[in-house]
Amino acid sequence: MNPHLSLNPLTDYHQLVVYPFMVNALEAGTIVAVTASVVGWFMVLRRETFAGHTLSLMSFPGASAAALAGVSLSLGYFSFCVAGALVIAAGSRTAGRRDFGQESAVTGTVQAAGLALGFLFLSLYGGILENLEELLFGSFLGIMTTQVQTLAAIAIGVLVFFLVAGRPLLYSTVDELAADARGVPVRLLQVGFLVVLGLAVGATAQITGVLLVFALLVAPAAAAQQLTARIPLSLGLTVLFALAIIWVGLTLAYFSVYSVGFYVATIAFALYLACRLSRTAVERIGRRATAAPAIA
Amino acid sequence: MFAHDFIRNALLAGTPIALACGAVGYFVVLRSQVFAGDALSHAAFTGALAAAAAGVDLRLGLFAATVFVAALLAAIGERARIDDVTIGIVFVWVLGLGVFFLDLFNRGVNGGNGIVASRTLFGSIFALTTSEARLAALIGVCVVLAVLAIARPLLYATIDPQVASARGVPVPLLGAALLILLGIDTAEATQAVGALLLLGLIAAPAGAAIKLTAQPYQALALSCLFALASVWLGVIGAYLISSLPPSTAILGVAALIYAGSFVISFARREARQAALSAVSPLGQRAS
Repeated sequence: MNPHLSLNPLTDYHQLVVYPFMVNALEAGTIVAVTASVVGWFMVLRRETFAGHTLSLMSFPGASAAALAGVSLSLGYFSFCVAGALVIAAGSRTAGRRDFGQESAVTGTVQAAGLALGFLFLSLYGGILENLEELLFGSFLGIMTTQVQTLAAIAIGVLVFFLVAGRPLLYSTVDELAADARGVPVRLLQVGFLVVLGLAVGATAQITGVLLVFALLVAPAAAAQQLTARIPLSLGLTVLFALAIIWVGLTLAYFSVYSVGFYVATIAFALYLACRLSRTAVERIGRRATAAPAIA
Repeated sequence: MFAHDFIRNALLAGTPIALACGAVGYFVVLRSQVFAGDALSHAAFTGALAAAAAGVDLRLGLFAATVFVAALLAAIGERARIDDVTIGIVFVWVLGLGVFFLDLFNRGVNGGNGIVASRTLFGSIFALTTSEARLAALIGVCVVLAVLAIARPLLYATIDPQVASARGVPVPLLGAALLILLGIDTAEATQAVGALLLLGLIAAPAGAAIKLTAQPYQALALSCLFALASVWLGVIGAYLISSLPPSTAILGVAALIYAGSFVISFARREARQAALSAVSPLGQRAS
């Protein structure tokens, strides 16, 4: 049966869930969307977007190392992502403070070195780059039930981390010096957060591909933070946006020939743009409303 | 080994590319803008794929895409100091387009083979022809000269933008100029080490140089030197070990240099600490 998008949402839904692989993809996508968006919300706030992108790329050497060593893909993904997080955390400070220049240099070096290693592993493995595109840009065809379970376990771990450490993490993000003075373990929180970020992007990369993790990580959070400054509302919106992006993206990819990564990235970008424009519009109207009585 | 054409071409193109990466990289790291370089390198990938899909020269796509995205980032950024979320968002879109072009290309008449994608992503300095290498060398030299020409005011604008602006230094213009130079450098280096790896050549030598010295011109020179050493040692290493891809070798050397700079700066700090505690029992600064 060839799937066709119709105007009837019910038949569309039945076509979507007729194959088990698609059910798996939707489940995995949902888990990944929630995890990535919550982690991404903190990431955007902490200005660690570059680290997030670099860690997502670590799944490329992870995957090729796993192929070379003959171990499971997930093991390769997660060990490289966590190792990258530890290196960035170690190199990002000068004399105990966050040093943004060195942090960006370390992150860039970790990224390039990791990718170079991945390339080396690939060429040692046989030099066949057949699955490279899939690795880089994602595929939702081959997600197995065990993978969904691994993803769920990671997601629970990540969410527990935020339940326990969310408040102090927020404190140390907003005002690191004050948090440090009040005895919040700032350094430990940074390392912990980067490791969690590594795990989350390692999980996300399996669905969206290495290069497009970013769409789920940064766009929903950035869009939500355009709309509101209230923490619970903005977190909720972030998760909602991420779910919308992945569901619509998967559906469109299922009914057409182009890859899921393209749709996910485009929807994410459009969403951010819409939020940003609506904020500008609201601000302009607000300014006019306050300016009007002054003129009258 | 210098009898081989491909080695000569690699070094002919690699030397100016390394110098350009080292010089541009110094300012990029100083301004914490490596992430912008990251975005540009991915734009290079998209540009190359778009050119491949359209059937025109890859280099046209490379330069058009990187310079366009650099100008875009400079335009969006507040006083040419772009924040990472803006870059991230531009990034997402650029990559999404890249996938789209890859799809188009694979479905086109040329048929799908991963070669264009893989060469763009990971580069191959050994695959350059003589004319490609000459052009690359020429552009590399121009980038280095341009960076040196604006080095003084750019340094001023980076270290204290407010005072520089008050003294009449065109701060936003310099920021935009650096981004565009970074774009050109990116397109250039993509051909040698690939879109995904050139970031290391920009970030690692400069990071190491800044770690080792606080003097601007010294650091600039060191950064160029480290980048040059990475390319030369990498090319030689890849020649000697045939299973080692040249891009990996170059990046490996760069990463080792950076790691070495951490060790040296740590050792220096320990030595200073020891010297200080020898002078005064409290370990306080003597002067």
